[in-house]
Amino acid sequence: MNQYFERRYIIGGIFITLILVLLGRLFYIQIIDDRYAYYAAKNAKRQFILYPARGPILDRNGKTLVTNELVYDVSVTPKEIKPFDTLEFCKLLSIDKTEFDKRLAKARKYSQNTPSPFEKQLSPQLYASLQERMSEFPGFRTGPHPIRSYPDSVAAQFLGYIGEVNDNVISKSGGYYHLGDYIGISGVEKAYEPILRGQKGIRNMLVDSRGEQKGSYANGAFDTLAVPGEKLTSSLDIKLQKLGEKLMQNKVGSIVAIEPSTGEILAFVSTPSYDPNLLVGHDRSANYGKLSNDPYVPFLVRPIQASYPPGSSFKPLSALIAMQEGIITPQTTYNCPGYYVAGNRRIACFHNERHGTVNLASAVAESCNGYFDMVFEKLINRLGAKQTDSAFTSWRNNVAKFGLGGKLDLDLPGEGTGLLPKASLYDKMYHKGGWRSSTVISLGIGQGELGATPLQLANIEATIANHGFYYKPHLIKSIGDRQIIKKEYTEKNYVGVDAQYFEPVIDGMQAVVDRGTAAASKIPGIIMCGKTGTADNSHGQAHSVFVAFAPRENPKIAIAVVVENGGQGSSWAAPIASFMVEKYLRDSITTRPSGISPEKYINANLMPDINVYINQQKRRARLDSARRARTDSIKKAQAIKSATNKNKKPAITNYLSAIIPGKR
Amino acid sequence: MSNQQRSFFFNVDWLTVLIYLALCAIGVLSIHSAVFDPKNASIVDLDTNYGKQFVFVIVAIVLGIFILLLESRFLSALAPAIYTITIVLLLLVLVVGRNVGGNQAWIPLPGGFRLQPSEFAKFATCLLLARYLSGTNIKVTEIKSFAIAAGIIFFPMILILLQPDAGSTLVFSSLLFVLYREGLSPYFLILEGLFITLFVLTLKLNNLPLIIGSIIVITIAIILLFRRNRKLMTTLLIGAGILITFVLSVQFLYTKVLKHHQKERIDIVLGIESDPHGKGYNVNQSKIAIGSGKLWGKGYMQGTQTKYKFVPEQSTDFIFCTVGEEFGFAGSVVVLGLYLLLVLRIIYIAERQRSPFSRIYAYGVASIIFFHVVINIGMTIGIVPSIGIPLPLISYGGSSLLSFTVMLFILIKLDSNRMGMIYA
Repeated sequence: MNQYFERRYIIGGIFITLILVLLGRLFYIQIIDDRYAYYAAKNAKRQFILYPARGPILDRNGKTLVTNELVYDVSVTPKEIKPFDTLEFCKLLSIDKTEFDKRLAKARKYSQNTPSPFEKQLSPQLYASLQERMSEFPGFRTGPHPIRSYPDSVAAQFLGYIGEVNDNVISKSGGYYHLGDYIGISGVEKAYEPILRGQKGIRNMLVDSRGEQKGSYANGAFDTLAVPGEKLTSSLDIKLQKLGEKLMQNKVGSIVAIEPSTGEILAFVSTPSYDPNLLVGHDRSANYGKLSNDPYVPFLVRPIQASYPPGSSFKPLSALIAMQEGIITPQTTYNCPGYYVAGNRRIACFHNERHGTVNLASAVAESCNGYFDMVFEKLINRLGAKQTDSAFTSWRNNVAKFGLGGKLDLDLPGEGTGLLPKASLYDKMYHKGGWRSSTVISLGIGQGELGATPLQLANIEATIANHGFYYKPHLIKSIGDRQIIKKEYTEKNYVGVDAQYFEPVIDGMQAVVDRGTAAASKIPGIIMCGKTGTADNSHGQAHSVFVAFAPRENPKIAIAVVVENGGQGSSWAAPIASFMVEKYLRDSITTRPSGISPEKYINANLMPDINVYINQQKRRARLDSARRARTDSIKKAQAIKSATNKNKKPAITNYLSAIIPGKR
Repeated sequence: MSNQQRSFFFNVDWLTVLIYLALCAIGVLSIHSAVFDPKNASIVDLDTNYGKQFVFVIVAIVLGIFILLLESRFLSALAPAIYTITIVLLLLVLVVGRNVGGNQAWIPLPGGFRLQPSEFAKFATCLLLARYLSGTNIKVTEIKSFAIAAGIIFFPMILILLQPDAGSTLVFSSLLFVLYREGLSPYFLILEGLFITLFVLTLKLNNLPLIIGSIIVITIAIILLFRRNRKLMTTLLIGAGILITFVLSVQFLYTKVLKHHQKERIDIVLGIESDPHGKGYNVNQSKIAIGSGKLWGKGYMQGTQTKYKFVPEQSTDFIFCTVGEEFGFAGSVVVLGLYLLLVLRIIYIAERQRSPFSRIYAYGVASIIFFHVVINIGMTIGIVPSIGIPLPLISYGGSSLLSFTVMLFILIKLDSNRMGMIYA
């Protein structure tokens, strides 16, 4: 004991104080501050995404249009590489040493410990030979990876294609899409993306500081399973579609066939087409480049993006509107001298043929221009010359009810509207009050500033077949195993023409096939009602158009066929339509009594000269709004707007939330 | 003599021994958890750190028993020799030492082991300091004695600083407590406390006029308050002068002398700049590990931060992370409680000695252990700059464990003999 004995209390006090300071700090970071627990979880927890299988798309009878197929990739984990016969490996993959080093360097840059893709989508033969020898190449592995596969190579533009998402989509998807994910870029793949893609699952794993997996996080308590994409049953009939594509090969044009009683689209042909299998697999980007540079634009979805003057196929519509408006009756006659005089213009009937006295039915059957010019002039002049524009606007509104000049809300992106001019267009072209019925007289026979997409044409036929209403045409019949049908597809859309006015027009349309312009395409035993059309084309031969439905009683199919540069409707479009109708109703096709055989149409080559075609396209670009829509769709193919964009597809998104539990 | 022959363990302070064993056990278990690899599940696997540590603990206990068998008087007599050997080793390490992590602190030994002389320098210095200060007519209040005592402390400090191992160097500054207990003016302690406070404030506020102004204002205020006490006035004026000089030199050193990476380390602790991915990575991950333990911890071997190697040097300097993460605040309280109990027990033991040698030595042991604990744990929770010194008896490392064992068992031996003769 000495004099400084009491100093032990001071030293002890300092010891206690400093230990308490440490405990205070520990209390703060361990009990009060919650951030550290969060950071620790963030450090050690890594989410792995489980990819759902994309939904398959079937035809209306359950046959597969597109499904998933496994392909095999080679991946590399740089850290696991041990010395091996590099030369032999390069030989197997048919790459050179430089390429090998380049790919390996890229993989090393990405990660030493996690696998990176090295060679994508091996051919089956290569996979088989490689599989046996993988043990010779430590660090390299083969693994499966699903791709889209199209067993029958049909309906390319209808199905569309998928591709990797770009940054724009990723940033707009609210965290759903990540780099390397696939998304529908066009066609049904795009329109039904939220349904087809399914729902990703999440597996939470523990990883160490180098990213190596160390087991399941919290025993999988926060993991979710991947929900596979829903199966889509399309309205297409694969047999009909295949025939349509065969008939249209080496021709430019479209076929759209609709089941009038449902609005389901039975065939959706757009040519020139391509094999959808070209846009998956190893050579995707090379093929994509080739197709997008093709001057005949195979990516153009002609049934909805190309528009043509409907020509004479418009006449039944004119007749219906005139009867509804009380301008004519079925008995109204006209004496055709082979031309019609409107104002100071003289409009010739086809081939200057004198039809003599025609009534409504025979005017339709014989496609008398004079009769319909007369009808149109009466319609536009009924309020007097001074009120031409209001009469015109009323006519326009009636036409629009049939779906012309607007979208039919098809469940496919990129739909065009066609052309249906407004009075203001003529006010601009001439001046206000400076145009008369005679000025716009060609509209009455489906020419002039009128444009319709093949889908619109087919839908008009479905409307006539139904005597005054249509169901929204659609490509997807039902969704999922529960066969859910969207409500909007079960609602009738009336066009404002009473049912009673249809019979006289249909009489005329039956006569077209029985003994009129399309008599050569008559199918024995099937009553088909149709109308030929010849769409004016100032840059080449006219487009051949035919619209029809069959049978007359209880119609099963409404169809529109357009063969670009095919000339008269009766020469190409009508026979092709007749084979389609026969195939659908009888499941077989026969040579017509007139002698025309399917082979002739299948084998014919009507491809326009490239230069002629390009000129036509240029002219179209100036005139045609559908052309604009198409440009949009190509732009979109590169900078795809999010498929979940609410403004675009509210119906699908809302619908989704109804059928998929827990979605949003 | 007859008493000692009754038992080797006669008069042994069992509480200290129990705390010692508890801390060693916590150490082996924590190292086991930190580096556990299911592929090598055996605890006595010499390839793993915990296997080695387990062997070190057994060697340490054998060594401890051996020390209890020694004659107490040897310890005092051998102090100069032990000190000299240590100094030789410290010189040797500068020549043949192996450089590990930037410090040339290790002498390689056969069998893959290596010796860290700086660890042994700690108790060697304590022994010699005790031996010197317990001599007759030695008073630390006298300049000559103080200078010699300071020399005993500074000599190994300088050699260790040459390695350069700043952490171990600083450990010796804790011996100021010993000098204080033996009569050194409390101004030294106060000055040290003020130095630390002003050091932090100078760098953190970076406002010289404010700090110097405050020192002057406070000094004047105190002088005015006790204006009758002339002696205090002089002391205060000198003190204020020293403090202002100190502040100015800190500022000068920091801005003109310190290298960029040295500034960074200081900045991180003071929170002047945060850099959680670069230099601050270790401390940040360590805080995450401890902070994520919450009240009860994640459970033994369940710590993701330590087990999955987010925390570096997890079995040596950052071993406390394992305790904090897997046993939470409860575990932290137990471990800190054990250390506090240990150092307070050593003070208690010190004060019951009749021999000044034993008392001074005991204070040296308490100070060194305490300093290690505060600096090491303070570092893992980011309130002390990260200078790598081990957590006594828990951190992995043979030299450190053996050195603390020898240090403690010499004390226990001296204490068990407290009723006997007073040596030296």
